[in-house]
Amino acid sequence: MVQKLLAFLPEDRRQRQVLLGAVGIIIFLTYPFIDRALGLELLGSLVAGLIFVILALGLNIVVGFAGLLDLGYAAFFAIGAYTMGIFTWPNLGLEWSFWVVIWICAVVAAICGMIIGAPTLRLRGDYLAIVTLAFGEIVPTVIRNLDDLTIRIPFTSIYLVKDLNLTNGPQGLNPVGRPSLFGFEFGFDPLHWWYLVVILGVFVIIAERRLENSRLGRAWMAIREDEIAADAMGVDPIRTKLLAFALGASFSGFAGAIYASMIQAIFPELFRFQVSIFLLIIVILSGMGNVYGVLVGGLLLTILDRVLIAIWIPQWQASLAKALGWSWLTAIDLREWRWVLFGVGLILIMVWRPEGLFPSAARKAELHEHEWEEMGAEA
Amino acid sequence: MNVELLVNQLVIGITIGSYLALIALGYTMVYGILELINFAHGDIFAFGFLFSLTVLQFLNLEYPLSVPQIISILGPVMVLTMLAAGLLNVFIDRVAYRPLRNAPRLAPLITAVGASFALENLFAIWKGPSQIFYPPYVPRVDILREWLGIDTIIGFSTTDLMLLIVTIPLMILLSVFVRRTKLGKAMRATAQDREAAAMMGINVERVIMSTFFIGGALAGAAGMVFGLYLNTGRYLMGFEAGLMAFTAAVLGGIGNIAGAVLGGYFIGIFKALSDLYLPSEWTRAVVFAILVLVLVFRPAGLLGQATQEKV
Repeated sequence: MVQKLLAFLPEDRRQRQVLLGAVGIIIFLTYPFIDRALGLELLGSLVAGLIFVILALGLNIVVGFAGLLDLGYAAFFAIGAYTMGIFTWPNLGLEWSFWVVIWICAVVAAICGMIIGAPTLRLRGDYLAIVTLAFGEIVPTVIRNLDDLTIRIPFTSIYLVKDLNLTNGPQGLNPVGRPSLFGFEFGFDPLHWWYLVVILGVFVIIAERRLENSRLGRAWMAIREDEIAADAMGVDPIRTKLLAFALGASFSGFAGAIYASMIQAIFPELFRFQVSIFLLIIVILSGMGNVYGVLVGGLLLTILDRVLIAIWIPQWQASLAKALGWSWLTAIDLREWRWVLFGVGLILIMVWRPEGLFPSAARKAELHEHEWEEMGAEA
Repeated sequence: MNVELLVNQLVIGITIGSYLALIALGYTMVYGILELINFAHGDIFAFGFLFSLTVLQFLNLEYPLSVPQIISILGPVMVLTMLAAGLLNVFIDRVAYRPLRNAPRLAPLITAVGASFALENLFAIWKGPSQIFYPPYVPRVDILREWLGIDTIIGFSTTDLMLLIVTIPLMILLSVFVRRTKLGKAMRATAQDREAAAMMGINVERVIMSTFFIGGALAGAAGMVFGLYLNTGRYLMGFEAGLMAFTAAVLGGIGNIAGAVLGGYFIGIFKALSDLYLPSEWTRAVVFAILVLVLVFRPAGLLGQATQEKV
């Protein structure tokens, strides 16, 4: 089907890309008006969904490009969001400008990525996975317990910090500072945020495409395919992986900053394991390493999760149950089942189509290497 | 420094360590053979808890039970739980890992995460997301204070004793099984070199299946004694216990059976001591810090042998 659709497009690859890009940008720029005209009222769900797509693009650097299985990516998201919160929460008295803090968020997230990466990136892939998982669990725990922080210089009675309520514990930070641009104040209307998120998305995609074809991007892929061979060819594995961690983390720092400012209230519970898994599913389903694939797959999964499962299907269920008189139908709550479906989905993708829906050519060849070897052996 | 308090925490550490060791065994056995971290293993532990609870609730018993009842009812329920947990683990292997035996290493790891995630959320639907009460079928009587009349703050109760009575024989049984039986020998051979074992006529798939079954059964038993011991649990309990047990397996030297038991007791004691000196929310952070330190400085663990990664 995709082939048929592509047949309508110009032959030249460059022209095709420009055309598709232009159509995509027009859809994103006009969507808020379409939404309003059709009375869909989905903008709020979709803005939050787009932030998750951006996060998935960041995770794509780590998992897709460099082949490092990171199961605690939500931790960097949390770090970005909380950095924004801490610098703008009125109770701490800082209240810096959003436009300054968003850069701090990215830098702090990148530094945290390096801190967790430096000791662990020497480990083999599966150990790395479990350490990142542990990190993803520790960060919310630490955040929950940083509501009464006291730091004393050892052996003296000089307090650097005493009884500081940095994160407000389980209650979370509320309100978080909002941006303002040339006198325009961002409010609760998702329309205000839509364009900011789309701009960040475009920026992330351009950055990622540039990275993919850069010296560093090729080093990541070399590491992913064969670390020992890449090392022998002069690619420094630790440095390369560390950069993947830092850059991936910095993208989620940006996303976390906007998310915190948009939803206005952040709690440790928002950044649990489920978030990391959902992002991982987007990257794997879409085809690890393919930037546009992750974009499209992320949008599809977000719409499935936030619109279809969360809003539309319950409505259809209710009206169908009413029309047919089947009261048992309303008892099935698909929202409860969605994480089960995602878990099972993860297994099914890996078993049936490990290269994902939109594979990059290199990744596909890699994942089917053994089949080729077997075919060669038979022939 | 209060010595009695320290001894008390050590006793707690050893009891916690016993069920952690039982879970760690399943991790280490599977890893030894497939080099796969079976993420869903912790959830098998949670399954043991939930399944045995369901069976016991179905029997509609009045608790606490008397000693003959404990042996005649809880014994068979435990066997049933172990059977069900073992089969569930075999099923997970069949669905999520077996199709990917020759795939890149990351592939089965991703399906393992998927399986664990799906199971956890199934448990949440099955028993609800809040804390689950596990009735105290085994009465809790403080042995030292009430039976022996010793005035001490060291607590050693009948439930602690029950936990040790169940877990230690299971560990001994496993070690005898792996060392003395034909299937155990086949397991050791498969762990050493899968291809060579296959060439020697060992049915590797059957060995893998029995490994998953035994590992699952042990985790199931751990889940049930955990319920009888602590009387409370949650659908996510497997996630945390699994991470602790995995840390134990790595600490002991993953792939090494004696190491897993040793690691389990180490982690249990660490956990108890951390509870003594730090607020309990930090326990997990302490255990994970141990995991990272071990992996960075001694990835082979306490009893494991260092292996060079091959091309």
